[in-house]
Amino acid sequence: MELMYTQAQQSFRSEVRAWLSENVPNEQISSFDTAEGFEAHRKWERTLAKGNWGMVTWPTEFGGRGCDLIEWLIFEEEYYRAGAPLRVNQNGIFLLGPTLMEYGTPEQKERFIPAMASGDEIWAQGWSEPNAGSDMAAIRCRADRDGDEFVINGQKIWSTRAVYADWVFGLFRTDPDSTRHHGLSKILVPLNSEGVTVRPIPQLNGLPGFAEIFFDDVRVPAFNLLGGENEGWRIAMATAGFERGLMLRSPARFQQASKRLVQLYREHGSDVIDPSIEAAVVRCYMDAEAYALSTYQTASKLCSGGSIGAEASCNKIFWSEMDLLIHETAMKLLGARAEIEPQTAAEFAELGTWLDGFMFAQSGPIYAGTNEIQRNIIAERMLGMPRK
Amino acid sequence: MNFTFTQDQLDFQEAIASMLKSEVTADTIRARWSAEAGSDDAFLRQAHELGLYSMLVPEALGGLGLQTTDFILLAEACGEVALPEPVVESVMVSTPLLVDILDQGLGNADVQRVIDAVLGGEVRVAVGHSINPCINYADSADWFLLVDGNSIYLLPRDAVTLDAKKSVDPSRRLFTVSFKPDSQFLVADDDAGANLQRATLNRGALATAAQLVGLSKGMIAQSVQYSSDREQFGKAIGANQAVKHLLADVAVQLEYAKPVTYRAAYTVGVSPTRADFAVSHAKSAAARTALMASRHCIQVHGAMGYTWECDVQIWAKRAWALAREWGDEGFHNNRIHEWLLRKNALLGPEFTFGRGSLTDVA
Repeated sequence: MELMYTQAQQSFRSEVRAWLSENVPNEQISSFDTAEGFEAHRKWERTLAKGNWGMVTWPTEFGGRGCDLIEWLIFEEEYYRAGAPLRVNQNGIFLLGPTLMEYGTPEQKERFIPAMASGDEIWAQGWSEPNAGSDMAAIRCRADRDGDEFVINGQKIWSTRAVYADWVFGLFRTDPDSTRHHGLSKILVPLNSEGVTVRPIPQLNGLPGFAEIFFDDVRVPAFNLLGGENEGWRIAMATAGFERGLMLRSPARFQQASKRLVQLYREHGSDVIDPSIEAAVVRCYMDAEAYALSTYQTASKLCSGGSIGAEASCNKIFWSEMDLLIHETAMKLLGARAEIEPQTAAEFAELGTWLDGFMFAQSGPIYAGTNEIQRNIIAERMLGMPRK
Repeated sequence: MNFTFTQDQLDFQEAIASMLKSEVTADTIRARWSAEAGSDDAFLRQAHELGLYSMLVPEALGGLGLQTTDFILLAEACGEVALPEPVVESVMVSTPLLVDILDQGLGNADVQRVIDAVLGGEVRVAVGHSINPCINYADSADWFLLVDGNSIYLLPRDAVTLDAKKSVDPSRRLFTVSFKPDSQFLVADDDAGANLQRATLNRGALATAAQLVGLSKGMIAQSVQYSSDREQFGKAIGANQAVKHLLADVAVQLEYAKPVTYRAAYTVGVSPTRADFAVSHAKSAAARTALMASRHCIQVHGAMGYTWECDVQIWAKRAWALAREWGDEGFHNNRIHEWLLRKNALLGPEFTFGRGSLTDVA
C-alpha cells in the first residue's frame, strides 16, 4: 500500500490541469437536454477529442492516451475541479465504448470508436421497454434476420439522450421463439433510420432527457450486431457491470459537490435553525471521500491484475444515496429560497444549480437498475442469500 | 499510488483468520464468561508465538518492524470472531505508546524493561485515556499506562486500584482504575505528554474501527446463515426481499467502511500527526456500520435474536461497546466538522491523499 502519487502521476495531473484551464469554456453552457445545449456539449466533446482528452484510458489509435485507471481518476479529479461540462456522450464513451473494445470486431471498432471519441456520433441507450423495466429479460422488441440485415419492430422507452443523439444501442429479441434472457442480441441503430420515431419524454425538470423510440420495419446491416447473435444478455451484463462498477459516476463528481456543500454551509449554516445540518454536511463529505477511497482501491486492484467482484453492486446504491443527501442538505441550507429556479446570473450566483441537481438526484436510485434491484443482487450474489 | 494489500499481507491475514476461527468460537467465548480470569491463556500464548505482539515494534527494539497496514487486517479478523482479549489494543495502542516514549527519549528504566517483557510474552499492559471511563481486562494487566492532565505514568499493578464495572457485553471485563500521580512513575508530560495522548487516542480509535469492521462481517455471515436455514411459509426467510434488504444495507455501508479504515491505518503509520481526519472518518463509519449491523442482524434472527442463547449477542454487544470506546460517533464527527470549517482545509477531489497530488501545489 502506497497512498502517494508518483512523480509521473503528478506530472500527468499538471498536464491535465494546464490543458483544462486553457480550454474549459468560461461561461456556463446550457443543459445538454436542450437542442442548443446539446450542440454546445458536442462542440466541447470535439475540443476534448482534439486534445486527445476524450477518453484517456483508450488506446492511442482510438484517440485515447492508454492511461491506467489511476490516471483516469486523476483526470476526473481535475475535470470536476475545473468545472468542465458534463459528458453528453457518456452512454458512448463509458458504456458502449468499453463493450466495443471487448466484443467488437476490428472493423466495428474502426467504424464506431473514432466517431464516438470525436463527438461526431453521440449515443443513446435502448434497454427498457414498457413491459421490461427492472425485469429486462422481458424484452419484446424484435430484430428479425433478413439476409444481411436485421428488421426491427417494437418499442424502447426511457432512452437517455435519444432526443438529440445520433445512434442508439440496445437489446433486441433476435430469436422469436426464445424467452427471457435467451435469444437477445445487442444491436446498434442509427436514429435517423427510416421507420424510427423518437417521442421525447420531459423529465422532472421539464427537459426531454429521455425518450420513447418506436421501430417500424427499421432495417440495419448485420454489421451492426455487437458480439454473437443471441448472446446479447451476456454482453449487456458486461455493460451494466461496467456502468454500476466503476466509470459511470466518478468519485470526483461527488467530492466536488460535497466541497461546494461545505462552502454553502460556511455561508449559510448559521442562517438555518436545524441541528441536523452539521451532521449531514459531515456525512456528505465523509461519504464522498469514502467513495473515492473505494474507487482507488478497485482501480488499484484492477491495475495489478485483479477483477471487479460482486461488491461493485454496492457502488450504485452508495453514490445515488449520497447524491440525494448532498442535495437534500443543500436544499435545507437554502431554506425557503430553495424552490426558486434561478433565471438570471444574479440568481445563479445566489442559488447555484442546487435545485436542478436535487431534481436529478431523485433519478439516481432509479436508473441503471433501481436500488431495490441492486439490493437483491447484493443479497444474492455477494452475500449468497437464497433466491427463492 | 497503490491501494492494495500485498499477497503476503493477505496470506498472513488468511492464516491468522483461520487460526482465530478454530480457536475463538462462540463456545470458547461463553466459557470465558464463567471463568475466573476471563481469558484463554493458551490462546494468548499462541498469539505471542505467532509474533503478533512484536509486529509493530521496531527491529532495533527486538520487534518485527512492520507497519500498521500489516496489522490492520489482523485486527479486523480479531473483530470478526469477537475475540474478547484486548490483543488488538496491546499491539496497536499500548505497545506503540511505550515505543514512542522510548523513541522520544522520555520515560524511565521501566519503559525498556516493559517493552522487552511484552515481546517476551511475559506481561500485559493496559492503557487509560480520559476519553474512556474504564479499562477492559484491567485485572489481567501487569502494567498500566495512565494519564493525569498532560502527564502519562507507567505503573505496576500494585500501584493502582481497580474497581470492577459490569459491561453489557459479558466478554468485557471493565474496571475503573485509580492511582496516585507519583513522579517515580512519570514517563511523559507537558506538550510531549499531550501529543502522545492524542496519538494514542487515534490508535485506539483505529483499533476499535478495525474490530467494528470485523464484527460487522461476523454478524452478516451469521445472519446470512440463519436466514438461509430458517423456513417460514414453506421457504427460507432469507428469500424475502425485506430480509435481504436489511442485510444488503449493512453490506453497502461495510464495503465503504473498509477502505476508509485501511486509509486511516496507512496514515497513522506513515504520518501520525496528520491522522486525525482519517482516523475520525474510519471510527465514525465503522461505528455506524456496526451499530446498523447489530440492529439489523438481531432483527433478521427474529425472536431468537432477543435471546441469551443466540450467539449474535456476542457480536452485537461488542459493537455497542466498541462503537463508543475511544470516542463515539459524535466525538469523531465533531473533529471532522472542525476540520471542514478550517480556512486552510484542503477540500476537493484533488486532495483525497493530502497535499501531495501536485508537486507545485502551494
